[in-house]
Amino acid sequence: MATARVSGVSVAAERAEVGVFATEYRLTGLNLLIAFIALAIGGLFGVMQALQYNGIDLYKPISPILRGGYYQGLALHGVLNVLVFTTFFIIGWLTFVTSRSLGIPLASRALGWTTFGVMTGGLLIAALPLLLNNATVLFTFYPPLKADPLFYIGLTLVVVGTWLLLINQVMMLRRWRAANPAARIPLPAFMAIVTMTMWVICTFGVATEMLFLLIPWSLGLVPGTDPVLARTLFWFTGHPIVYFWLLPAYISWYNFVPQQAGGRLFSDPMARVSFILFLVLSTPIGMHHQYTDPGISEIWKLVHAIFTFGVFFPSLLTFFNVVASLENGGRARGGKGWLVWVFNLPWREPSFTTQVLAMILFAFGGAGGLINASYNINLVVHNTSWISGHFHLTVGTAVTLSFMGITYWLAPHLTGRKLWSPTMALVQAWTWFVGMGIFSHWMHTLGLLSMPRRTAIGAMRELHPEWEPLLPIIAIGALIMFVSAILYYLNMVLTITAGKKDAVPMVPFARAVSGPEDGPRVLDNFKPWLVIAFALIVINYTPTLIRLVSEMQFIPGLRSW
Amino acid sequence: MNRKYLGYLFEIAWILPSVAVPIAFLVAIVITAFAVGIAVPGNVGRVDPKALSTTAPFDQPGLRELASGRYEAVVIAQLFNFTPGEIEIPAGSKVTFIVTSRDVIHGYKIEKSPINMMVVPGQISRMTTTFDTPGEYYIYCHEYCGAGHHLMVGKLIVTPAKTASANR
Repeated sequence: MATARVSGVSVAAERAEVGVFATEYRLTGLNLLIAFIALAIGGLFGVMQALQYNGIDLYKPISPILRGGYYQGLALHGVLNVLVFTTFFIIGWLTFVTSRSLGIPLASRALGWTTFGVMTGGLLIAALPLLLNNATVLFTFYPPLKADPLFYIGLTLVVVGTWLLLINQVMMLRRWRAANPAARIPLPAFMAIVTMTMWVICTFGVATEMLFLLIPWSLGLVPGTDPVLARTLFWFTGHPIVYFWLLPAYISWYNFVPQQAGGRLFSDPMARVSFILFLVLSTPIGMHHQYTDPGISEIWKLVHAIFTFGVFFPSLLTFFNVVASLENGGRARGGKGWLVWVFNLPWREPSFTTQVLAMILFAFGGAGGLINASYNINLVVHNTSWISGHFHLTVGTAVTLSFMGITYWLAPHLTGRKLWSPTMALVQAWTWFVGMGIFSHWMHTLGLLSMPRRTAIGAMRELHPEWEPLLPIIAIGALIMFVSAILYYLNMVLTITAGKKDAVPMVPFARAVSGPEDGPRVLDNFKPWLVIAFALIVINYTPTLIRLVSEMQFIPGLRSW
Repeated sequence: MNRKYLGYLFEIAWILPSVAVPIAFLVAIVITAFAVGIAVPGNVGRVDPKALSTTAPFDQPGLRELASGRYEAVVIAQLFNFTPGEIEIPAGSKVTFIVTSRDVIHGYKIEKSPINMMVVPGQISRMTTTFDTPGEYYIYCHEYCGAGHHLMVGKLIVTPAKTASANR
């Protein structure tokens, strides 16, 4: 059983196993490579934005290449970081997790390569108009801002490509069940399949928006499009997408971090329950992004608010389970007392520390998220820099810093090369933690002072006197993260190109204190949960969608950048 | 005690407040929204953005006094300004903002107030609040609308006196 392994020095068996999974490893490696190239470019624009707030305009020097200035940079920052980086990393990571956890290769390697090909092709198609300033519509692409059709077509292909991984996973699960009829699905594979299932269900929204509204409209086949209908379809996907980013980090926190901490996962059944709740509750809550929208009734907004509070619950379960697992590790390493065990955790281990720091900032991100979800309290913060501060804690840290932490063991595992400098990795993790803590805290504060998000603050006619003293702090936070990113990329490039040829370290799968046998078997049966998930989507979305379609207006498109 | 049951006890001790606390928050939200009246925008109605100049109330954007201390502000958002750009009211006024867009999606946020709306072409956004503290308040377009988005700023002036007028 894969789950019974311990991390540490490699053995011949591990090397042989790696040989079996050569194709999967190549696919994972290529996906991760594209992901981190996207993050590097997108991240640079983030630093430029923080400097622009302070009147340092780096857009002029690059205007011969990118003529769109601040807002084109903003579009690239959003698309590359939250769409490209996340999606490519996740597809690579889940390919790895599913095959290693089930112990079988991809059911169809041709399909695996097709997944990669369609996603990469889509990325290249979408990149063209983005770079030519013909798609400066930001990653939310709200119509009637009208981008080049290639932008919409390319992004659609990226999404469609991801669907193919689920087909592969389902075929692998069938094959695994035939060979292991009585066994419970290993937790990592279970979580990877739940994540992709949730994603495929929720992308129905954005796929519908693209295929029926935006692509025909941008090609000139219809005279206009309905902005509120498009927004509603976008947020049908746009909220669950945050769980598509987050759950792969949770997969690492549940299945690998406890092992790295020297302990065990506290409860496998509780972990399964939390993922099933994400499957059921992630999608029927998207309208909480539209509390301030016209054209949607207050009652449906409130219903979505109530369900949003519901999806907070599985994150609270995760908080408990992961912290209990860390405590298990701390105590196994000789820790004592109520909290003193924290100091016995392996803080010198880069992958562990990086991910625990990500968890700590995520606790604040989660609390802020509950505020955003709070219906009328959201009026204070909606579309202010509070929101940017919030999601830099969630996707920008809980997800991004965890993904970096994963690569600190995964890159050596995939390449058979030792991490170049664990010390540099530790410095990287702590600088990201500090830089993001500063940046995010003051972005939240500026949001409470009504500073709008997605705005070229440095070019405003009149700067709000209450913002002025705080803006340099934003740049300081961003520059600390810039240093952190340089350390990360330097370490990774040196690891891959010049790392010491080391024996392959093992995959740190964690065992559980309370294993799957302590939970009911129905947790492994997807059908009842899928039925509930679909029923909730139908209840929470059909009345509004039917009305919006029946009232549909054709608002003409516009290029206002 | 059996270790496993001790584990279950910890789980229950965590789960119960994890359910109870969010429910308490929700109750507070429902009370403030539907009893105290801090409401979010709802479904008001549609309007043809190409026919604003002939459709009431957007044919005459500006501030109107409905009764003593009771106002209605009809606002059109467009690239890259608001009409009217400046609104002046006496302290203690209750104002209903009725806003739509002529072109793309904009935002309408008045600082230090609950007024925070998306402004969507084809849709009417409406919110009401009372302004008690005299001062000048910025009104921001808080949704990216194009190259001049950061220039799209209006102003609300709350005067201590009882006289009011809408500029422009």
